[in-house]
Amino acid sequence: MTATTPAAPPGAVPRKADRRGTASPGGGRRKRKLLGENPLGLLFSAPYLVFIILVFAYPLVFAVWMSFQDYFFAAPGAVVDRPFAGLDNYARVLQDPAVWRAFGNVGIFLIINVPLTVILSLLLASALNRAVHARAFFRVAYYVPYVTASVAIVGVWLFLFSGNGLVNNVLGPLAPDPSWLINSQLAMPSIALFVTWKQLGFYILLYLAALQNVPKELYESASTDGAGPVRSFFSVTIPSVRPATVLVLLLSTVTGANLFTEPYLLTGGGGPNGASTSPVLLMYQRGIEQGNPDVAAAIGVILVVLVMIIAFIQRKLAGGDES
Amino acid sequence: MSATVATPKREKPGRGGTVLRGVVLIAGALVFLFPFYYMVIGSLQRTPDSSVTGAFPNIANLTLDNYEAINSRIGLLTGLVNSGIFTGGVILGTVVFGMLAGYTLSVLQWRGRGVTFALALLVQVVPFQLLMIPLYVLIARDYGLADTHLGMILPFLINSTAVIIFRQYFLQVPKELFDAARIDGASELRVLWNVAIPLVRPALLTVILITFIGPWNEFLWPFLITKDASLQPLAVSLANYISSVAASAANPSGAVLAGAVVLAAPAVALFIVFQRYFTSTDIGSGVKG
Repeated sequence: MTATTPAAPPGAVPRKADRRGTASPGGGRRKRKLLGENPLGLLFSAPYLVFIILVFAYPLVFAVWMSFQDYFFAAPGAVVDRPFAGLDNYARVLQDPAVWRAFGNVGIFLIINVPLTVILSLLLASALNRAVHARAFFRVAYYVPYVTASVAIVGVWLFLFSGNGLVNNVLGPLAPDPSWLINSQLAMPSIALFVTWKQLGFYILLYLAALQNVPKELYESASTDGAGPVRSFFSVTIPSVRPATVLVLLLSTVTGANLFTEPYLLTGGGGPNGASTSPVLLMYQRGIEQGNPDVAAAIGVILVVLVMIIAFIQRKLAGGDES
Repeated sequence: MSATVATPKREKPGRGGTVLRGVVLIAGALVFLFPFYYMVIGSLQRTPDSSVTGAFPNIANLTLDNYEAINSRIGLLTGLVNSGIFTGGVILGTVVFGMLAGYTLSVLQWRGRGVTFALALLVQVVPFQLLMIPLYVLIARDYGLADTHLGMILPFLINSTAVIIFRQYFLQVPKELFDAARIDGASELRVLWNVAIPLVRPALLTVILITFIGPWNEFLWPFLITKDASLQPLAVSLANYISSVAASAANPSGAVLAGAVVLAAPAVALFIVFQRYFTSTDIGSGVKG
């Protein structure tokens, strides 16, 4: 995650401008100082910048503002009074046990999903990286779930994990009762496994890119020093792919925070009894279904703040500063 | 990998390691592919058979009726067309505007370039779902774009990952090529059209693949913005079918699975045919910048 790029130094410009010659050198130079060597860049990027402002920046500010208002849906064009509500929405959210439940659920999800994702994707990526035969086949097999719609895969998982589904038939007497998706203990772990399985291919590709950049000499010198394959996996591979690990941690956490489709469809709207409700599902229920967008916005703001805190801690722990 | 612990020092991992690696890879592939196989088998069963033998095709129990059943309930063709318009609009917007942005972020020097690139990276970690409520208010209520394809497309119009991939590809083109064209008097737009775009054609397919996944598979946003069934993408109409019949139905699974096959097939086919344009290097550069 290189946040800094060689941005155009605004001062060091006129070198090329002189060569190309402008109609009014003085004014052109001043304009160039203001807009950079090639002001057309701004023009060409304008659609993208407008898009970011319209679809990301403004709604983000709007969401925060809304969470401090007594906001409600009104007919388009109608001028209504939406008084400032201070922290009322937040107070309402924090007193709602369903909200605590949803955040707790996402915690369970992350505890299962994130470590499993990191371990399995690194394991499969390193196996794939050294495979000689059928690499393309394995790569495609691994990312097929990632490129398929959740809605389609939910269909087959419902069939597989239903009470008398194939999974329970194979497990026989070991099958959980009540079955996976309607069991309040197992509903959230089932969703975590589903998402791990579905997203894994993408993270395998990320790790594969990182593994291909590890210099071969590192392995050679490790082996000269007498390290076996397991030892060199832990002391060469894992440290070398640390930037990728930081990224996988971040992206899988964000995916977890975004959870909606799976609890909505797989467990029939966060069932049983709210045991698999996610914060985003709650935002939908409170905001759109029950018409309290202000409350939903407050849940959203809390969610993003929590994700930022978790991402910061992960970055510290995984030593992301080196990337 | 623990099987190779005992191999003598300074030797390549022995046969044990190779075999173990093969087993891990094949087991992984089975776990990833089986549900897809089962999806197809289930969609062809006359009566749902979830026993272990049901996982194998049984000639007596095969039928295409499930496809007819789901088609009569949700209109597969309408769903596919809507998914196509939604996805096509996003791909068009991303290719045109995203390529322009990627070009300016790599080749041109202008004030605000660094900030724009930082934004493109930042946007990728903003949970889109947080923006769901304000975007719904803006697009459905203020702009009156509920139940329109435009309203569906707008929040996805330019894929930021694609912008970063375009930038990455343009950075690899030697600067001299652009300078030579400029000295010959080509305008910036001409340089882009005649020099830059032909050079990054491989990136185009990668970008189209990556962009395709988003809208084709998206559920939440089109679900919020379309109440009119004739405008719903297939993912939304199938989801509505799943959630409405899940409680009641006697045998919905065959129909659900048939719909799932139709929804999954285009994406899977596309990624198998063009798999060499969707590799780890492309993804790595796209996400890391």
